[in-house]
Amino acid sequence: MTVLSGKDLPRDGEQLQGPALDARLARTWGDAPGLWGWITTTDHKRIGIRYIVTGMVFLVLAGLSALWMRLQLATPENSMMTPDRYNQLFTMHGTTMMFLFAVPIMEAMAIYLVPLMIGTRNISFPRLNAFSYWMYLAGGVMIWVAFVLNIGPDAGWFSYTPLSGPQFSPGKRVDIWAQMITFTEVAALAVAVELVATILKQRAPGMTLARMPLFVWGALVTAFMVIFSMPSVALASSLLIADRLIGTHFYNAAEHGDPLLWQHLFWFFGHPEVYIIFLPATGFVSHITEAFSRRPVFAYPAMVLSLVTTGLLAFGVWVHHMFATGLPRLGYSFYTAATLAVSIPAAIQIFCWIATMWDGRPRFRVPLLYVVAFIVTFVIGGLSGVMQASVPIDLQVHDTYFVVAHFHYVLVGGAVFPLLGAFTYWFPKFTGRMMDDRLGKIAFWMIFIGFQVAFFPMHFLGLMGMPRRVYTYPTNMGWDELNLLATIGSFVVAAAFLVFIVNAIFSLARGAVAGANPWDAPGLEWATSSPPPQYNFPHIPVVSSRTPLWDNRNHLPVMTGLRVDDRELLLTSVMEAIPDVRDPSAMPSAWPLWAAMATTCLFISSIFTPWAVVIGAFPVAAALIGWFWPKSPPGPEPVIE
Amino acid sequence: MTLPVRFAGDLAELPTSAFGHRSLTWWGIVAFFLIEGTTFALAIGTYFYLMGGEQTWPPAPFSPPNPIAGTIFTVLLLLSEIPNTLAKRAAERKDLRALRKYLLIVCAMCAVMVIPRAFEFASLNVSWKDNAYGSVIWTLLFLHVTNFLTDFADSLVLAGLLFTKHSVESRRFVDAAENAMYWRFVWLCWLPIYVLIYWLPRWVS
Repeated sequence: MTVLSGKDLPRDGEQLQGPALDARLARTWGDAPGLWGWITTTDHKRIGIRYIVTGMVFLVLAGLSALWMRLQLATPENSMMTPDRYNQLFTMHGTTMMFLFAVPIMEAMAIYLVPLMIGTRNISFPRLNAFSYWMYLAGGVMIWVAFVLNIGPDAGWFSYTPLSGPQFSPGKRVDIWAQMITFTEVAALAVAVELVATILKQRAPGMTLARMPLFVWGALVTAFMVIFSMPSVALASSLLIADRLIGTHFYNAAEHGDPLLWQHLFWFFGHPEVYIIFLPATGFVSHITEAFSRRPVFAYPAMVLSLVTTGLLAFGVWVHHMFATGLPRLGYSFYTAATLAVSIPAAIQIFCWIATMWDGRPRFRVPLLYVVAFIVTFVIGGLSGVMQASVPIDLQVHDTYFVVAHFHYVLVGGAVFPLLGAFTYWFPKFTGRMMDDRLGKIAFWMIFIGFQVAFFPMHFLGLMGMPRRVYTYPTNMGWDELNLLATIGSFVVAAAFLVFIVNAIFSLARGAVAGANPWDAPGLEWATSSPPPQYNFPHIPVVSSRTPLWDNRNHLPVMTGLRVDDRELLLTSVMEAIPDVRDPSAMPSAWPLWAAMATTCLFISSIFTPWAVVIGAFPVAAALIGWFWPKSPPGPEPVIE
Repeated sequence: MTLPVRFAGDLAELPTSAFGHRSLTWWGIVAFFLIEGTTFALAIGTYFYLMGGEQTWPPAPFSPPNPIAGTIFTVLLLLSEIPNTLAKRAAERKDLRALRKYLLIVCAMCAVMVIPRAFEFASLNVSWKDNAYGSVIWTLLFLHVTNFLTDFADSLVLAGLLFTKHSVESRRFVDAAENAMYWRFVWLCWLPIYVLIYWLPRWVS
């Protein structure tokens, strides 16, 4: 056996640094030019941006479907649309917001930011990352094409059985919904695996777990939550497809199945899902609060423990969605207690952010304004959530607009406001340019006020008895003015989003040029240029504190010695981040796209025939073998050491 | 403008591959264990949930599955751990000849196991269409068949790769060691499912 040596290979170091190193790394880590480079890229930043833009497109589609519904509800006994169209709209709105916008965009931000924040050259399993994007895109396009063809799903984003079963939902609408779940779960699980491996094994030397940025902690806890919760909805929807396609009886009470089994499996995923959306947002809030308060986040250990505790408690509260189904007394008590308990770590985090601002020197730029809006709105939503932990109140307001108000306060307040702040905050890193401050503030105030006008009246509508998911209502109920007010508020929010998007596009072209660290922020992602080069960092940074750029203002400590003629990254130990292995990173490849296309054919065909699972497995297997089969001959450093 | 750098150490002497938790592949596979393990656990939860709604298990008039094919499969599966462990050890000491031999033995055993596996479906004494009991035991078996066939295919591809020029790369040995770990997951998952499909209906009926 030939023992090959890697001693003479080119590496970064004293001999190779500055522009010469940049040029060498750009050749090694660059993509092919043009469309082929776009298709084959494995760069986490390009894929992250692609994910973010796609997620924003789905946000706009879901927002437009909400506007359409609000127009219908603006006046009583409105006949603008049919009940069937309304059913499709609220299903598409919820499904798109949860599965095609909220979860993917939080993962997208992590795909882009985590490798930069921990000082590595690329995400782990970068081809899987490319594959996950194509799967996500295919699932989203499939369900929206179905909607345009008037076969959009119509059984709600939760698709409760028996309504969604073969008896009450004939046709293929529910199957399209269920298969969209499969697409997005494959994508989300793939990203979760990448993030766990990246965060635990690729941190910069010295970045111990106790020095990890809070967004990275949020991404890690979220990734584990995805891993433990998403199999539940994937299993639930697969069993639903089986009931509908091949005649199994999981949810068929007549053959000793149980419709409530669906609710258990769905909410075992569905409640953690809320925190899967919320925890990354808390990471945004921590970073923004820290940078704009000009002091490290108050009580970092309490923040980390709160994240982990929320992640654990999130799996113990799913039954509070099922109070109205009837439970044993002990069940009511347990899930009420668990639901009350989950508010404690969230409250601790809020106190820590307020303390950070209190003790710092806050600059109320646009990102920090979104943080303040988040705190106000999320606390209101949290309080109405704590109210509903009480079974009698829950039974009273169940399926009313009170619940609609509550979860929009929690989800828009808890996730969308921080996301818009984060988008503004990291926009210079993504693009190299600043977003316009004046337009940013106009959009902020319109969104904040418009949101309150749209959703606060819904608390009262709910308490007055207006049920959810009705396409119209009679005139004499006293609901007319509040509904009109909510519709006006929703159009203000829509106009604000338009201003936000115009600002982003305008700033992309003409915004002020941002340096590497325009906000004087402390994290590693600000140590590299804006936008970062393909290889992220010329040398691997070394970390000795939680706020490295504040503690080393004159220079950046780095390590040298990675190969520059091949894509190589550094693996470090899990706890202490001690350098351990130089590991190759995957080259660009079109195989993830071919594999995603084969899988898409399998998934879509299996809506119509079960044989697609058997026959379709062969092209999928062929694409996966093509993907994993080594393409280049063994290089100079494969070494059987 | 980025900060000037200060060199604080060199990484050139680090190895380019490592086994176990030092390898990225290991973490990827462990994460997939968690995903698949959670799926199996929830499917098992579904089994017990549906069982709780029945007077007898299996519900009348169905008789429990015939355990012969499943038991033959289980014995072969457990025996395959012997060449699997030998393959893992060969990979860890980078002994290509031994690795090829033991991995081929594992693949050959898998090929034999496909036969009793196919007969298992005919041994269940119920169709998935009959009732929820039939649906859930067919699903448990189907899930594990998918798990089994996936690793069988993976082992075949890996074995093929070991007979090409790519076998000199030290990463191949890491791949082989992690593949052996995955095989352990396959039989560990099967044991509770085997009990639930074939034996629990006998014990409680």
